[in-house]
Amino acid sequence: MATRLKEVDAVMVGMGWTGAILARELTKAGLSVVGLERGQDRTPGENFTLPSVRDELRYAARLELMQDNSTDTITFRNASAETALPIRRFGAFLPGEGVGGSGIHWGALHWRFLPSDFRIKSHLTERYGKTAIPEDMTIQDWPISYEELEPHYDHFDKLCGVSGKAGNLKGKIVAGGNPFEGPRSDEYPNKPIMTSAPSLMFSDAARSLGFHPFPSPVAIASAAYSNSEGLTLGGCEYCGYCNRIACEANAKASANTTIMPLLRPESKFELRTRAYMTRLIYDKPGKKVTGVAYTDLRTGEEYEQPANIVVLSSYVFSNTQALLLAGIGEPYDRASGKGLVGKNYCYQFEAGAEAFFADKEWNPFMGSAGTSACIDDFNGENFDHSGLGFFGGGYINCGTASAPPINGRGVPHGTPRWGSDWKRATVKWYHHFTRFNTQGSVYANRENYMDLDPTYKDAFGRPLIRMTYNGTDNDHKMSRFLLTKVEAVIKAMNPTHYEMHPRPKNFTIVPYQSTHNTGGTLMGADPKSSVVNRYLQAWDAHNLFIMGASVFPQQHGYNPTGTVGALAYWSAKAITEQYVKKPGPLVHA
Amino acid sequence: MADDTIPRRRFLLGAGIAGTAVATGLTSTSPSEAQAPSGTQAPATSAQATPPASVEPEILLALTATEAAFVSAAVDAFIPADELSPSGTDCGIVTFIDRQLASAWGGGAKMYRGGPYQRGKPEQGYQLPLTPKEFFSAGIAEANDWSRRTYGKEFDRLAPADRTAALKAMEEGKAEFIGLGSKSFFERLLTITMEGFFSDPIYGGNRNRASWTMLGFPGLPATYAGKFEEYRSKRYTAHAQSIADFS
Repeated sequence: MATRLKEVDAVMVGMGWTGAILARELTKAGLSVVGLERGQDRTPGENFTLPSVRDELRYAARLELMQDNSTDTITFRNASAETALPIRRFGAFLPGEGVGGSGIHWGALHWRFLPSDFRIKSHLTERYGKTAIPEDMTIQDWPISYEELEPHYDHFDKLCGVSGKAGNLKGKIVAGGNPFEGPRSDEYPNKPIMTSAPSLMFSDAARSLGFHPFPSPVAIASAAYSNSEGLTLGGCEYCGYCNRIACEANAKASANTTIMPLLRPESKFELRTRAYMTRLIYDKPGKKVTGVAYTDLRTGEEYEQPANIVVLSSYVFSNTQALLLAGIGEPYDRASGKGLVGKNYCYQFEAGAEAFFADKEWNPFMGSAGTSACIDDFNGENFDHSGLGFFGGGYINCGTASAPPINGRGVPHGTPRWGSDWKRATVKWYHHFTRFNTQGSVYANRENYMDLDPTYKDAFGRPLIRMTYNGTDNDHKMSRFLLTKVEAVIKAMNPTHYEMHPRPKNFTIVPYQSTHNTGGTLMGADPKSSVVNRYLQAWDAHNLFIMGASVFPQQHGYNPTGTVGALAYWSAKAITEQYVKKPGPLVHA
Repeated sequence: MADDTIPRRRFLLGAGIAGTAVATGLTSTSPSEAQAPSGTQAPATSAQATPPASVEPEILLALTATEAAFVSAAVDAFIPADELSPSGTDCGIVTFIDRQLASAWGGGAKMYRGGPYQRGKPEQGYQLPLTPKEFFSAGIAEANDWSRRTYGKEFDRLAPADRTAALKAMEEGKAEFIGLGSKSFFERLLTITMEGFFSDPIYGGNRNRASWTMLGFPGLPATYAGKFEEYRSKRYTAHAQSIADFS
């Protein structure tokens, strides 16, 4: 029998970026907040310290900061005719666990979506005709415009101390930045991270082809910075250990460094770690969630936490699973195309290349995501898709952000994989190669979705979430197109040798590709096409607010966290300024 | 040319030891000595001015003697002694693998182990019920069975050229294992070997930072803000340092 706890104003399910943002904004508005986190607590002072963070085996290979698959996982298949099997250890994507969530180990590339991305369906119809969008491409307009979200993008930039160079300031194109970006109300908080030598070569080559290179925007402060909360972030150390590892310099933004130091001493906030939410308690007739049930993972004890507001701030898969298990909204049915929860699962369609330069010498272990350079000429609707046979695109970047010895070495294809010849090639090329990547969009398709698995269960006996996903013809064409542009730039860089890495036909659950999973609880203009409204409020439970990339109608050609953070601030403003005063639907269907 | 008469336990030993010293060291190691606090052994080792691991018999936590012999032969084929580094065994990779398999990771921690178990397709990844420790144990047994069927003796008893040929057959999936796929076994064996070669020496491999020195990877502290611009287009060299050097 679960122990019923004292009601609070709001409960957060998950204490990563969005849980921390909402908890901070709601406590500032005077609400009492409980933050539930399935993983352990993590603080910079205890967990982000030298020398222990400089451990590629522990963090990058053994995945110390990632979710515990023995508690739960995801089942996966390429198509609905196949049997899904559990991901026994994460590979293709790596959701994090613990206070700070995936926002501790992220690479911190920090982007905004394009103004046209927010109205992509309308835009494509207007530009290419009413029949241009294929029938199976289930893309939707966002119920919010870039202009509405811009102040919140700006706020999140200043929380994170983002480094970069504006290309569009209040509508004026500025040299050195991304000329394709939407208008920014302000310059980046920090100047760009220093660009690496291969990334400078890439920039010159791209410019020679008429493209528009600029330094990668990253949520990594290039110098010490006092953020929007008055907390001090450190400057980047160019250590090369960004991905999968915490930042000891407190330069790479995480909720742990940018928000939690103020939330922890807040009397209206209580953090409960090792608290695993097992059920949203749904009052269907009342169209409300009365609270959440959770298990204390230290003791196995079950609790019910009543709350006036429930914020679902876990990851894409858990958010969707929670709704399906609680019976909130109609589950998506692939055969009929009806239903919404689980619909439009999307991914990031990345593909890359490597180039080797015998006459150059670099230090591939120095750097961060910010030492790379990009072009955005072939993203979204930045280029004309007439006659190309696909929609979408992505930014292209170049730079060896880091090449740590276990996972980061590069040798030309055809080199033996072991033995003395392998060793010689490894030593020969380690200081002489660089990598390229394309951050390809995934435009939703009716065949790609999430539902509950009929066979496999988690540690609590609940059905696992099942993912049915494969790359579509559209996205493969898009990706191959981007690679032709990458190849053109590489040729202009004149390498000794290069190789292109197109995506395999089928999506595979190994090796690592990207932790940019989106969809399942779409945001939209009305309950016929979405699970949450423009304020991230569930249509079927007015006190339930759903954060994160599960609300994305589709995934665009950029890293998602910038938009995730901006949406969290946008939603928090609606909750504190409107919902708290008059609880009920903020948008009337 | 491998000598069939050499006792297997020889392969349990660490780096750079003559055969006789090996045998002596092994036979003289009683359980009580093996469990002696490290502090009591350390002065004796440093007095001999050789890397500590090289004069201490290895104490295995997970691998059997047969498994350790197999792993030793394999890692020496993957990482032969040459002008760039000592051999895999001399770099401590057998120790590394043994400790990894004895770790929580080796026991299947953070791994979903619910059934039913089905093979699935390659896109669905690892689907065996085995933990890493169990997987290597089963895989080594399979590899030795195959080696006996193919060459008439176990893998670690093969001549170096035959070991290389056997590993290539596994790499190409041509070695006919009965249960596990030889390619999947090979891939995991190669991966854990490379992890041992390139990880921080605190885990028992990469002794004396051999791979980092070979590669020109400086290790810690990796604080380059003041060096990045100066070394943007020229090699930065520094004596490689481990986590242990800062602890």
